[in-house]
Amino acid sequence: MTHTLAAQINNLLAALILLSAFALLAQRKILGLVHIFAWQGFFLALSTAVIGFASGEHHLYISSLLTLGMKVILLPYILYSLVRKLKIHRDIEAVVNIPTTMLLGIMLVVFSYHLTAPIRELSNLMTRSTLAVALATVMLGMLMMVTRRHAVTQILGFLAMENGLFFAATSATYGMPMVVELGVALDLLIAAFIFGIFFFHINTTFDSLDVEQMAKLKETD
Amino acid sequence: MSLHPFAIELLQFFLLLGLAPAFAGWVKMLKCRVQGRTAPGVLQPYRDIRRLFGKDIVLAENASWLFRFTPYLVFGVTVIAAGIIPLISVDLPLSATADVIALVMLFGIVRFFTALAGMDIGTAFGGMGSSREMTIASLAEPAMLMAIFTVSLASNSTSLTQMVSVMAHAEYVIRPSLAFALAAFIMIALAETGRIPVDNPATHLELTMIHEAMILEYSGRHLALIEWAGMMKLTLFFALGIAAFCPWGISTGGDIISLALAFGTLAVKLMVGALVMVLIETGLAKMRIFRLPEYLGSAFLLATLGMIAFFILE
Amino acid sequence: MVSPLDIAGFSVLLLLALAAAAPLLRSVRTLQIPLGFSLSAVASLAAVVAGVMTVSEGSVASATMSLGIPGLPFHLRLDPLAGFFLVVIGLMGLFVSVYSIGYVKGYGGHRSITQMISFYMLFLAGMLLVVLADDAYFFLVAWELMAASSYFLVMYEDERAENRRAAFLYLLIAHVGAIAILLAFGVMAGQSGQGGFDGYTFDAMRTAHLSPAWATAAFFLAFFGFAAKAGVIPLHVWLPEAHPVAPSNISALMSGVMLKTSIYGICRFAFDFIKVFPWWWGGVVLALGLISAVMGVLYALMQHDLKRLLAYHSVENIGIILIGLGLAMIFAAFQLPTLAALALVAALYHTLNHAMFKGLLFMGAGAVLHATHERNMEEMGGLIHRLPWTAPLFLVGCVSISALPPFNGFVSEWLTFQAFLLSPALPHPILKLLIPLGAALLALTGALAAACFVKVFGVVFLGQWRGHQKPERIQEVGPSMRAGMLLAAISCFLLGIFPTWIIGWLDTIPEQLCGGRLAESAGKFGWMWLTPIAHERASYSGPVVFIGILAVVAATWLLLHLRATRVSRVPVWDCGFAKLTPRMQYTASSFSMPIRRVLGFLFAVREQVEVVPHTNHPAMPGSLQYRLRIRDRFWNWLYAPQGDAAYWIARQVGKLQQGRIQIYLLYSFVTLIVLLVFLG
Repeated sequence: MTHTLAAQINNLLAALILLSAFALLAQRKILGLVHIFAWQGFFLALSTAVIGFASGEHHLYISSLLTLGMKVILLPYILYSLVRKLKIHRDIEAVVNIPTTMLLGIMLVVFSYHLTAPIRELSNLMTRSTLAVALATVMLGMLMMVTRRHAVTQILGFLAMENGLFFAATSATYGMPMVVELGVALDLLIAAFIFGIFFFHINTTFDSLDVEQMAKLKETD
Repeated sequence: MSLHPFAIELLQFFLLLGLAPAFAGWVKMLKCRVQGRTAPGVLQPYRDIRRLFGKDIVLAENASWLFRFTPYLVFGVTVIAAGIIPLISVDLPLSATADVIALVMLFGIVRFFTALAGMDIGTAFGGMGSSREMTIASLAEPAMLMAIFTVSLASNSTSLTQMVSVMAHAEYVIRPSLAFALAAFIMIALAETGRIPVDNPATHLELTMIHEAMILEYSGRHLALIEWAGMMKLTLFFALGIAAFCPWGISTGGDIISLALAFGTLAVKLMVGALVMVLIETGLAKMRIFRLPEYLGSAFLLATLGMIAFFILE
Repeated sequence: MVSPLDIAGFSVLLLLALAAAAPLLRSVRTLQIPLGFSLSAVASLAAVVAGVMTVSEGSVASATMSLGIPGLPFHLRLDPLAGFFLVVIGLMGLFVSVYSIGYVKGYGGHRSITQMISFYMLFLAGMLLVVLADDAYFFLVAWELMAASSYFLVMYEDERAENRRAAFLYLLIAHVGAIAILLAFGVMAGQSGQGGFDGYTFDAMRTAHLSPAWATAAFFLAFFGFAAKAGVIPLHVWLPEAHPVAPSNISALMSGVMLKTSIYGICRFAFDFIKVFPWWWGGVVLALGLISAVMGVLYALMQHDLKRLLAYHSVENIGIILIGLGLAMIFAAFQLPTLAALALVAALYHTLNHAMFKGLLFMGAGAVLHATHERNMEEMGGLIHRLPWTAPLFLVGCVSISALPPFNGFVSEWLTFQAFLLSPALPHPILKLLIPLGAALLALTGALAAACFVKVFGVVFLGQWRGHQKPERIQEVGPSMRAGMLLAAISCFLLGIFPTWIIGWLDTIPEQLCGGRLAESAGKFGWMWLTPIAHERASYSGPVVFIGILAVVAATWLLLHLRATRVSRVPVWDCGFAKLTPRMQYTASSFSMPIRRVLGFLFAVREQVEVVPHTNHPAMPGSLQYRLRIRDRFWNWLYAPQGDAAYWIARQVGKLQQGRIQIYLLYSFVTLIVLLVFLG
């Protein structure tokens, strides 16, 4: 596998990560969202491995395995069991309709391309063009959090943002120091557990996980 | 021994005219097999067309000259389109007659006049078919154009022979833009040729037909021409996809051996493509018509992502 | 050798003379209409000749007349850009004049024919003079002449209040635009550095050096004024009101030609006066063009009044022309002259095409109106049997406007698409990404236009008669009306088949305006093949497509008719339903229903269905009432608040009029004291 072939595979995986970010915006069923998130983690793990092979930074292999374990297996499993326990099987409504969300997503991609232009000039890494995709994934994750009404989807948006940040780290500097990555992974796991506790609380208080219900907590009318 | 380009052009016409019904029969056979039914045979469409040509024409009392003229026009335009897409050779003199955008507009003529013919008799079915067909076409056009644009970025041209030449001779490169454009093209092609999940080509239930509703009142040789043109359109869309996305094996010279080889690879690609389409058709159900904007919007989004991926990643 | 300017001058003088002479011809009643309009046809033909000569030679001729205000005599100038618009105006004038011979006869006895003829001539003369004017004063005189004469023509059937209202709205917005144009001229003249009235000549404006701020102000003022006249969204509200109520030959002229004078104005301002501009001007023009195109065609789809629908399509096509102009401006700003030439040629070609097919469509609508006295499409149907000439000619117009090969609409849209697809050559990264999205919107517009014209032709001409009056009384229209439409249809066809010749003829215009030439590359492979930029890039051959389709159709027909087969005429099959009534057909509103559901969020759509159940069966409907109301959102956002504000201000000012003598005496007294204070 030559260097340029690795770069092309990396580009293809970056495109697939971007596609999965859009698919997260478009998908209506909660279980579908979890599956897409798992796929996104898988592409991310593959991409990290490819970059590790091409750049010679072997600690990226460990990162890749960590990503695989956490984001493809563990977190989706936690979310899946949450969904089952809370019996959330309905479709999700969005605040803004889906075609508009897509258009906003495209605008965000163009914007992040524009933002990362100076870095592209300066960098000489093989992954310099995928930085725009990483930043776009972060923004699309934030867009997902803003335009959805269900608590689980907001968590998924947050996790997608984290995916984007991780991808940005591997694109810009060939990964973060190992200690940082382990710390981030541990934080994510704890966050998942805390979210699970919160979901149960919200569900018992409001009898639904629609975050619009939290508007009832307002003091004034 | 080498063939003159005009001879290749003529050969392509006869190939398409002659083999389109066989391709339609092959698709039908695969569909039946996959769904566990007995197939009517690959040559059945030939028998259907011959039977229809032999029948008399039964026209409604208030059918106008437009109704009688449309089948000929539809057939004529489809035959011309057949001369434009490179099937077995790049050396095609008529291919300069129209580039991809003009080709899409040629299919637009077919759609325009078929929709008018649907409205000619003054039944509710015809109007319904025309109305739905034009709606779907309107929503599919932006996605189609975006997919064409993305493909033309790689070869810097919208001329089909140029696109095929560049793709066939390019080094093996993985291009995410083309992958996205291919996915979008498949979705659009399903809409344009009236297959599931957009329209059911085998139905005559009033709530589910679109293309069939427009040609409901045709009979005899008129219907034969329209059916034949429909089969050619299906084959042509496959050929367009093959030319734009995987044209390897196409002949660049005119000698008989490479032409025969090109024909062989084309046949294999068509058969495999038909299998993919049959699997899609069997796995999905026909969508509600008001879900189609989401479907076509997703196709547009895929094509746009392909274009963005080209500029960002390539 | 007579110069083109002389021929153009002769044309204008003939028209003005006819306008003055029309009352004199009143005594010769039978001759008045044919003579008047034949002579206007001659005048229009002269204008065409002058224009063709100018553009093919690339010549520039100027003249100064002895009329005008002291210090600023009327300047005339005929250069290729003006020559092109002379051709557009002249061709349409010719066809509509032939058409009017038969059409205006229908008004005989009811209304004053003299008025129609006089104002018609003045209208044509005004448009010709707008294009020929070479100083600001003459330009605005001609502009006002055009606006005022068309106002009287729009108000021709003035006994109905809605017609008067529409004409007033038209005049109002035309004058708002004229003020903006005047201000733009003022800015240019002020910055030209020449004293007195000399700054108002166009030559002075061409040589003026403007700072970017003033140039932006001048351009956008001019663009606002011309856009108001062209019907660009959001200044379009007068178009669908004024064009339907005018007589159909006037609607054809207004839609086909008058809107194009605005395009002339924008071209003049951007490419001739302010030659160097930033790319974002082109971006604004492109964005407004895209919005107008999409919104125009969507509004058109919602209409069931035939002429109102055609008027909205004019909004759409002006949008398409602006798209081409915007692209040309963007390419020119980035110093890509050949690409700018392509986009400019696409825009100008579409100008000519639109004049042809929109004129044809309005003439056809006029023929339908003349024959059936109906404007509402829901009352028509099956007219292909009653109007055997009008129907195929109208079909030519429908096919042309839907941009289908081998007619002319396709060529200009294809060229616009090619200009879009060249955007990767731009050095600006974000523009490269955003402009292709515009191409997708243009594709959407084209497809929606095709859908709309399937609806129009299908509901009006095909199917069965939906109306209340007896269809047997409907007769085909007279020979002159048919001749006018036939001429327009032939030109639509020729413009589609011979694009290389037209582009070759047009070549002097982009060369003068943006420095690029297109004809060399476009016609490199002979007159049959249109290859803008390069052969490998894209190519199209109109003649081959046309001849090919014709050959295959003829061959198939012959082969199939070798042995005689029977054709039997039977009642409609309709899947076995026996009781088919005309009311079971699709109507115009029902045809566009799916599109209304999908894209209707852009309008204020209100659908109401009231079901009165049957007396015997409570579950079955006895009678059904369907109400559909579609409002133009821009009316509520932009115009209603301004109207309310104007009324409020007027009421406040009205408080000055108290009615009591003492108050008026007080006004005089206070004024006297104030004057004494200041003068003392």
